[in-house]
Amino acid sequence: MLVSLVGAVELGLLYALMALGVYITFRILDFPDLTVDGSFTTGAAIGTVMTIAGSPPWLAVIFAFFGGAVAGTLTGLLHTKGKVNGLLSGIIMMIALYSINLRILGKPNVPLRGEANIFDGASVLTIGLILAVVAKIGLDLFFKTNLGLSLRATGDNSRMIRSFGANTDGTIIMGVALSNALVACSGALIAHSQNAANNSMGIGMIVIGLASVIIGEAIFGAKTIFRATLAVVLGAIIYRVIYALALRVEWLDAQDMKLITAVIIVGALVIPTIRRAIKSKSIAKKRTEEVLSSMGQTSGGGS
Amino acid sequence: MLKIEGVSKLFNPGTVDEKIALLNANLHMKQGDFVTVIGSNGAGKSTLMNIISGVMKPDAGNIYIEGTEVSQLSEYSRSKWIGRVFQDPMAGTAPRMTIEENLAIAYKRGKPRGFSFGVNSKNRKVFREELSRLGIGLENRMTAKVGLLSGGERQALSLLMATFTRPQILLLDEHTAALDPARAELVTTLTENIVRELNLTTLMVTHNMEQAIRLGNRLIMMDKGKIILQVDEAQKQGLTVERLLGEFERISGKKMADDRVVLG
Repeated sequence: MLVSLVGAVELGLLYALMALGVYITFRILDFPDLTVDGSFTTGAAIGTVMTIAGSPPWLAVIFAFFGGAVAGTLTGLLHTKGKVNGLLSGIIMMIALYSINLRILGKPNVPLRGEANIFDGASVLTIGLILAVVAKIGLDLFFKTNLGLSLRATGDNSRMIRSFGANTDGTIIMGVALSNALVACSGALIAHSQNAANNSMGIGMIVIGLASVIIGEAIFGAKTIFRATLAVVLGAIIYRVIYALALRVEWLDAQDMKLITAVIIVGALVIPTIRRAIKSKSIAKKRTEEVLSSMGQTSGGGS
Repeated sequence: MLKIEGVSKLFNPGTVDEKIALLNANLHMKQGDFVTVIGSNGAGKSTLMNIISGVMKPDAGNIYIEGTEVSQLSEYSRSKWIGRVFQDPMAGTAPRMTIEENLAIAYKRGKPRGFSFGVNSKNRKVFREELSRLGIGLENRMTAKVGLLSGGERQALSLLMATFTRPQILLLDEHTAALDPARAELVTTLTENIVRELNLTTLMVTHNMEQAIRLGNRLIMMDKGKIILQVDEAQKQGLTVERLLGEFERISGKKMADDRVVLG
């Protein structure tokens, strides 16, 4: 039990990079980018193939990062310069990447066992923790720079930021590229941690990323960027823990996970809404009573 | 400073909905000119603003800012010369960002945006001073999200953000129309003070006739995409709302039709 929980936290830390990527597009840029399903595998493929070819694992992960950035750039170009609908440009890239990933891998399933591994020197927990913290703080700082501010403003009020001279096409492309770079990086790390890459490992990744973002925000809040990125990292871990616990339920097995993910997202979306509604109703009721009673007093005094 | 020559713009060209938004518009503004723009519904006032700022590109004609031909430049590249305040108080600021972050964005108007921090102790001091000039206490709420401000506060902040980097041209598109009378009066006073202090070349669309006459040194009247009347500094001295409406009827041959017009 404890072993599987530690394993869940380890995986959660590696998936946190992917969740942070999804957070950039969905929350900061307000751009629903589905490239993620493809670029996650692209990262895994690059990380695996380069390692097998003999390059050091850390270099393979860095190349995976840039591979993801290229994929994101193409999605961004499709959307901004090609004027293709945001969702559609992500889907197009996702499909295109499916073939490209197969090309990189050479065959659908490539094992890494016996090769060098990025987790050779230290535990997954240590490396995962370091990378997640570095990515989180790096993003926090980036979003305070002038460039980061213009990226945030693009998602918040694009008309406003254009009127102050920022090229919103550029900021969108940059944001989507950064997002997919983190996703691909996460893909490479996951491939190393499970000692294999396969062509379908990215399927459903966007939903897992979204689930992590939504769970994290629902539990920890997203008042500031610092809080929000922390929430996303913790959300990714919590998702993995729920996953691990769900797998221990006897009548559930691995193939039910997509359904469980859907249920988790629905819960994380609906429960806060219901809670807010109940709260505002009770406040309204209380205030109405107060107003009524104070009016009763004044009219009583007048008669 | 700003020169508009023979600018025309069609909406939906070649379709049954074709509409002349601007027809051969000419306007020449000198440094420090403050021109108010009035006109009936669909006269082309907003189109004129959008053409100058680059939201739309003209179908014909030229636009010069300080001698540079800008009519084919994108909106964001023209922004280094042009400050704008929109009618919608929500349009000029980013609601999920703090007051100081919004100011930091405005502070970088037309400059490259790199990896240095947007808000630092040095420019925070500048922001505080600028905010205190508004006189509505925003200097004490610099880390508050802009989404928490009222419409009037947001519009005052938008005005400050549009002007404190001293743009060559200031465009005000009915920027007080969506506010209640007291807030509108506050923003109008702030506008007057800021424009005078910084000597900004300003073009202001308004529905308020009295305001159009009281503010600025020149006035133009538009109808059906054309600038039908230009009132210069000397003529504007003795102008009244009645005479202005009379002029409109005489030139256009109809009564001023505008569901939102305020006679003042």
